[in-house]
Amino acid sequence: MSERERSEATGLPGSGLVKGLAVTLKTMTKRSTTAQYPDVAPELPPRSRGVIALLEENCTVCMLCARECPDWCIYIDSHKEEVAVPGAARARQRNVLDRFDIDFSLCMYCGICIEVCPFDALYWSPEFEYAEYDIKDLLHDKDHLGEWMATVPPPPAHDPNGEPAKEETAAARKAAASGTPAVRPTTPAVRPERRPAPPRATDDEGSSA
Amino acid sequence: MPLWLELVIRIGGVLAAFLVLPLLVGQAEHKVMAHMQGRLGPMYAGGFHGWAQLIADGVKFVQKEDVTPRAADRPVFRLAPAVALVPYLLVLLVIPLGPNDLVGQPLDIGLFFVLAVVGVGVLAVLMSAWASANKYSLLGGLRGAAQLLGYELPLVLAAASVAMAAGTLSLSGIVEAWQPWWLLWQAPAMVIFFVAGLAEIRRPPFDMPVADSELVFGYLTEYTGLRFAFLLLAEYVGIVVIAALTTVLFLGGWQGPFADEQLGWLWTLLKVAAVSFVIIWLRVSYPRLRADQLQRLCWLVLVPAALAQLVLTAAIRLTL
Repeated sequence: MSERERSEATGLPGSGLVKGLAVTLKTMTKRSTTAQYPDVAPELPPRSRGVIALLEENCTVCMLCARECPDWCIYIDSHKEEVAVPGAARARQRNVLDRFDIDFSLCMYCGICIEVCPFDALYWSPEFEYAEYDIKDLLHDKDHLGEWMATVPPPPAHDPNGEPAKEETAAARKAAASGTPAVRPTTPAVRPERRPAPPRATDDEGSSA
Repeated sequence: MPLWLELVIRIGGVLAAFLVLPLLVGQAEHKVMAHMQGRLGPMYAGGFHGWAQLIADGVKFVQKEDVTPRAADRPVFRLAPAVALVPYLLVLLVIPLGPNDLVGQPLDIGLFFVLAVVGVGVLAVLMSAWASANKYSLLGGLRGAAQLLGYELPLVLAAASVAMAAGTLSLSGIVEAWQPWWLLWQAPAMVIFFVAGLAEIRRPPFDMPVADSELVFGYLTEYTGLRFAFLLLAEYVGIVVIAALTTVLFLGGWQGPFADEQLGWLWTLLKVAAVSFVIIWLRVSYPRLRADQLQRLCWLVLVPAALAQLVLTAAIRLTL
């Protein structure tokens, strides 16, 4: 006989029945935990994994994300272009992105592509309302992925007690050597402590779902 | 006032109570049960906190096809919902709302009539169960019959105790004779009557006959559309009837803290609402009783306790 059973056996007969009534009555006086979801937007934590956003300008078509993707849901096509730089001995070559698709019907939201991107071209966005009637529509092309960039929250504030970022120390050192003050944004674009209501998807996306 | 006008007013009033009170109880059950489980319950129908949910349900039931299974005993199958509803309507007719004949039909043997008519409920269960030609329905119906026949006894014995104390079978007479200290003296009878009444209307924790996790929906399995709605309505009228009977017999009916003459109806309705809340509360709190636990509670606890209460009542009546 466990401790709990023994204490119940020694209690007054019917005390268990009263306890059951007390639990339900107490629950009734508390606020319910139901989220009125379609009417009230959920308070998502800023690092929620809703959808992956693409910042096209940062992409160099290094293909790391596509190769690291565990279920191969990133499709990339590109071509090379010659860029004539005035003053340079010969024209430079540049990768131009033709196609960058993520198939969200396959994606398992592991975030490896975002971790592995060396040039910060991929971001998590907490936006999650992109259900479709046709599974084919879950393949987001680079324009669609670029639209999600507007919903990406700013990065978290730097820990005031942490080491400064490498870029900052390098810039400060360079500035000290040349004698001019370092150019630093006075108010970095960082995430506030409590995020306001998440930006909602634009109307045309909502109606296409 | 001419007789026919008085009749129309009385019957209209009872009919209104018959149609409105169960809806109020049903809506209260939706909301109370939801909040006791940390939910919100219906929120959309009607705009404000889902107040029109049961009306929407009713409209839905009317639209549904009324299916009678091919193997069913058609006339019996179709008659059963009416047999379930009409007894409760008749009971509401004799339950006093306030003093000075504020009652559908004052009856000198009101208590006797009420207990007899409530007992007809078992017939509706058996009719729907047998006529459905469905093994789950039949199992539910037989469970219901065993349960209802068993619990009829403590129900009648507990009611007999209060009738003996008041020295009358008239429901109005019992309320007039009632005094606050009866709450103490008749408390065991009240508990027995209430529990047996719960079993009588097959409410959880005594919902063995409809046990939806084992018997699909018991004797209601084959019913659809309006007939199903009527059987459900019968359950909620049953709550009102049991709450009203408990109020009238044991809680002093229209006797309130003040102004019994003018506000008697209000005290009665408030007490009925409170008892209905307890019925909903019990449903949320307790799991269903097993068949053997059900019969054990009836024959080994309620019936002896009811007999002891009868002896106590008789003794006190003789000494007073």
